Amino acid sequence: MNAPSQPRLRKAAAPDGPKRSLPASLSRNAPLVPVDSAGGQALAAVIAILTFLAALCAGGAELVSASSAQWRSEIAREVTIQIRPNPQRSIEQDVERATALARQAPGVEKAQAFTKEESERLLEPWLGTGLDFNDLPVPRLIVIKIQEGAKPDFGNLRQSLQREVPGATLDDHALWVSRLSTMANTIIGIGVFLVVLVLVAAGLAVIFATRGAMAGNREVVEVLHFVGANDDFIAREFQRRFFRLGLRGSAIGAGAALVLTLLLGLVTRSLRASPTGDQIEALFGAFTISWSGYAVVVLIALLVALITGIVSRLTVRRFLNESG
Amino acid sequence: MRAYYDEEFDDSAAPVVHFENVGVRYGMGPEVLRDLTFSIEPNSFQFLTGPSGAGKTTLLRLILLSVKPTRGLISLFGEDVSRISKDELTGLRRRMGVVFQDFRLLDHLTTYENVALPLRVQGKEESSYRAEVVELLRWVGLGDRMHMLPPVLSGGEKQRAAIARALIVRPDLLLADEPTGNVDPSLARRLLRLFIELNRLGTSVVIATHDFSLMDQLDVRRLVLGDGRLHIDE
Repeated sequence: MNAPSQPRLRKAAAPDGPKRSLPASLSRNAPLVPVDSAGGQALAAVIAILTFLAALCAGGAELVSASSAQWRSEIAREVTIQIRPNPQRSIEQDVERATALARQAPGVEKAQAFTKEESERLLEPWLGTGLDFNDLPVPRLIVIKIQEGAKPDFGNLRQSLQREVPGATLDDHALWVSRLSTMANTIIGIGVFLVVLVLVAAGLAVIFATRGAMAGNREVVEVLHFVGANDDFIAREFQRRFFRLGLRGSAIGAGAALVLTLLLGLVTRSLRASPTGDQIEALFGAFTISWSGYAVVVLIALLVALITGIVSRLTVRRFLNESG
Repeated sequence: MRAYYDEEFDDSAAPVVHFENVGVRYGMGPEVLRDLTFSIEPNSFQFLTGPSGAGKTTLLRLILLSVKPTRGLISLFGEDVSRISKDELTGLRRRMGVVFQDFRLLDHLTTYENVALPLRVQGKEESSYRAEVVELLRWVGLGDRMHMLPPVLSGGEKQRAAIARALIVRPDLLLADEPTGNVDPSLARRLLRLFIELNRLGTSVVIATHDFSLMDQLDVRRLVLGDGRLHIDE
């Protein structure tokens, strides 16, 4: 019943004195469903922890992805010719001929032959120093640097080497690049899987918390029904509350992950030039994530908050349907 | 006023509430209410009375559709409610105002917010109802209590806030469960005048009470519950 006016009631009103002008709003816009209880705070903490873990997984995957791309591009730009010694041939002439052939190949930026001494030095880590390598058939290496962006076909060079320098083999590192790609992709895949797993865990935590909140606010829900709220309105109220709770938790978690990444970046930078720093840098690069990495972390925080809101809404609808 | 009546009760040939052989039992127990057959006509005023435990609150909950009958037929505003959807149920409840015996105010909302709640859940803008809510609060003597939370209100103040919440939507049917149980006689008379005023504006009123001094103030129909059965004093 929506009567256009209620004149008699209005006239009968005001035993509390003359009507004063009212402020713009008398409502505090308070939430209709209170979920900021101890349970709500615990859920925010769980969401913060899960977002922190998800952000670390995503950041780690991004770091590996960037590092592996760097490794692969470096390795892919380098090709090696190995020349094994042959008593019937002069190895120096073979090296010169192979270097010349390599320089003629299209897409080659530089071809640098290792001297005998340099080649022997490469063996020192395995055989030790102070050895006489004259009796050993130490192979010689020619390192070819490929022009950036070029993808030369080394079929012709391989044939020329076979014809003119028997005992020379061309290694384009394809096997290594393929293995590195597989390893990096596996790590990235595991990272993505962990992120998904953490998001699922966040969703499950929200389901339990929502059902708890519904049970704890049964009377509030009943009153809302009696005053004319439909299930969708009630579900929207819960969604709004849980979204805010989720956003708070995920912002804290993602913020902590970003701070940790920045701290690790500072630590590795301070260790640069030390053996440990070199090892870390060799493995992870400069231990800084790119802008896309930061964007992924922010995206995860938003995604967790969205999941929190949507899952709570669906849970409320289901709970209300179950309870008739 | 006249136009309002004509508009609102075009479908008014049908009673606001109609019960036909309604019975209720909880679980496998005996029927707490049985063979209830009665109607509440549009623009009518009646008391629902009977001793404590007679089933007054259960009858009100049947009308509110928060308890399902185990047998019989209930229709509200001319509509059989046995197969209504949830949306239709919400629509019917929006035409009813209810005052609970235990008030059922939301403790985390202020008195003003509690009274405005039925309008808020209908998605209305606060600016459209602010003045009306304040006016009603002043009328029930809660003008200076509007920013307080229910836990700090007295029993009588809570009751008045609950009544104001039921009245704010100007319902077609008002159900009040012991609405004057916690107020002094003079305020009880004022509240009764408010219910009468609302009835004059077209609302059907059902007041559940066992307060004979209240009932004696008005010569209206009495629905008397006893031994699970209903007896009507016209």
